[in-house]
Amino acid sequence: MRARVFVTLKPSVFDPQGRTIVDALHSLGYNGVEDVRQGKYFELEVAADTADKARSLASEVADKLLANPVIESYRIEVDSGAR
Amino acid sequence: MKFAVIVFPGSNCDHDAFHAAKDVLRQDAEFVWHKETDLRGADAVILPGGFSHGDYLRTGAIARFSPVMNAVKSFAAAGGPVLGICNGFQILLEAGMLPGAMLRNRDLKFHCEHVHVRVEQTDTPFTLACRPKQVLRMPIAHGEGNYFTTPDELRRLEQNRQIVFRYVNAQGVVTDEANPNGALESIAGICNEQRNVVGLMPHPERACELSLGSADGRVMFESVIAALHQGTLTGAGRASA
Repeated sequence: MRARVFVTLKPSVFDPQGRTIVDALHSLGYNGVEDVRQGKYFELEVAADTADKARSLASEVADKLLANPVIESYRIEVDSGAR
Repeated sequence: MKFAVIVFPGSNCDHDAFHAAKDVLRQDAEFVWHKETDLRGADAVILPGGFSHGDYLRTGAIARFSPVMNAVKSFAAAGGPVLGICNGFQILLEAGMLPGAMLRNRDLKFHCEHVHVRVEQTDTPFTLACRPKQVLRMPIAHGEGNYFTTPDELRRLEQNRQIVFRYVNAQGVVTDEANPNGALESIAGICNEQRNVVGLMPHPERACELSLGSADGRVMFESVIAALHQGTLTGAGRASA
């Protein structure tokens, strides 16, 4: 089963990379893009027989390693279809 | 006294720290590989600078799980002096041995230059030989030294006097221009509540000889040597001094 983990800086944390990207987009004329937050994306292949178990495992590893709770938060999506 | 210099895959200031301890300060020093589980009777531990595990994921995020870190945590819990320099500081943050986290430098550039820091606290084992408010000139070399923590944690750091170093100009004044990376409150280094674990972004080990442009970092090594001789440390630090 596949779990996707999206890690992003918390809203209260300044994201200098996102700022630089949005500045670049504005210089390209994309003024409709108002803000950019850069994050990290992980695809986990997990041995789990239910989506709940996959989500629970992904959440555990996100807490332990993938995200730093001081500056980052995360969101998980699980592919419920058969592999 | 004996320094243990921990070596992670990707450490690159381990030899600098070893040289400072052994050749400049004339103390015993030993490298300890990150897979090892004991500190070989060391009186002080240095987590050196570098790019442990390639800085993959986040700086220090993978090194914190190295087997040797359990020994470092026990050593620190017993009062032993631990110094994290640059990547070593980042590892201490990821390991939860010091509060806060590092963000990319605000200008997204890797800064390699000499900076000035002001000693804010002299009651840590690594600053006790400093004069209060002493200004030290030491090099930095990092891309992620933009210290961040929550407002609550910042209040605790200030209340407990855990901010040990701040970036300042040559006159010892905190200014935005003197802050190389955007660190919150110009924080260059902090200690834990027990004061025996200290982390900083500048490199004292590369500033121990005038031929390297500054000998200001030497006082940090002299401090911990004095701390161990005076027996001002508790637990592991004193027991083996």
